[in-house]
Amino acid sequence: MPSLTDYLVLSAILFAIGTAGVFVRRNLITILLSIEIMLNAVNLSFVAFGRAFGTVDGQIIVFFVMTVAAAEAAVGLAIVIALFRHRESLNPEAFTTLRG
Amino acid sequence: MVAFYCFASIAVVASLLVVAQRNPVYSVLLLIASFGALSGLYVLLEAPFAAVTQIIVYAGAIMVLFLFVVMLLNAPHEDTEEDLDRVRRVSGAATRLQRGPLWFGALLTAAFTVELVWALGREATLVSAFTRPAVSSVAAIGAVLFTEFAFAFEVTSVLILVAIVGAVVLARRETRERSPGVRPTGKV
Repeated sequence: MPSLTDYLVLSAILFAIGTAGVFVRRNLITILLSIEIMLNAVNLSFVAFGRAFGTVDGQIIVFFVMTVAAAEAAVGLAIVIALFRHRESLNPEAFTTLRG
Repeated sequence: MVAFYCFASIAVVASLLVVAQRNPVYSVLLLIASFGALSGLYVLLEAPFAAVTQIIVYAGAIMVLFLFVVMLLNAPHEDTEEDLDRVRRVSGAATRLQRGPLWFGALLTAAFTVELVWALGREATLVSAFTRPAVSSVAAIGAVLFTEFAFAFEVTSVLILVAIVGAVVLARRETRERSPGVRPTGKV
């Protein structure tokens, strides 16, 4: 049987992949997808800890995280659409008006 | 154990491909595969509610929203000449491919992974296999959700409402032309 550590290591690897995506990619949509990967990695560790402690709190927090992720995706994608309408590009390099 | 490694490898490989893909449509589809594998892991953890929610909410709703936006915008793939041309046109500067921050980010991430795995591996002796009985019934989850977490649940509904209003306001196309010097007053 896989132990709690196995799940936590998997969660750490997935979180690192998401972090890499945020740093490495230059496409706003892919950056949002990488954030979703990170949220899911955290969800996995929540469920694993909930299972280890024998409580339902982990699954309930996963429920809240999913809600926040849905709200974040809706607002984030709306911002992406608005930005694309202004600049015709999804490259973050195109949105550097505020850079000093 | 075999199932765990199957699901874990699918999740990791699919997530890696999400980051490595140039085409955002493939990225979104691969992320759905990754979420399916995670849902299998939730089943292994005896959390069927989380597994089903993962499929319905994440794969069914959020990812469809992403896919819709990707297909709606039809943007050029990143770092192609067309994409860089557009960046040059809007920013006015001679933008070219910068690899420095990318390698820094990748290096930072690799260090982060090694550190996390090392830290978790050190504690392996403390954390054993799951000994306590699993609480997985939806009734138990609902009972706790609507008593102990009732306030958070209500706040969540307000959050969703704010997100809906924000998304509509942000993505709305401005119909009226703004005349110079006069601010439209009815605009939200």
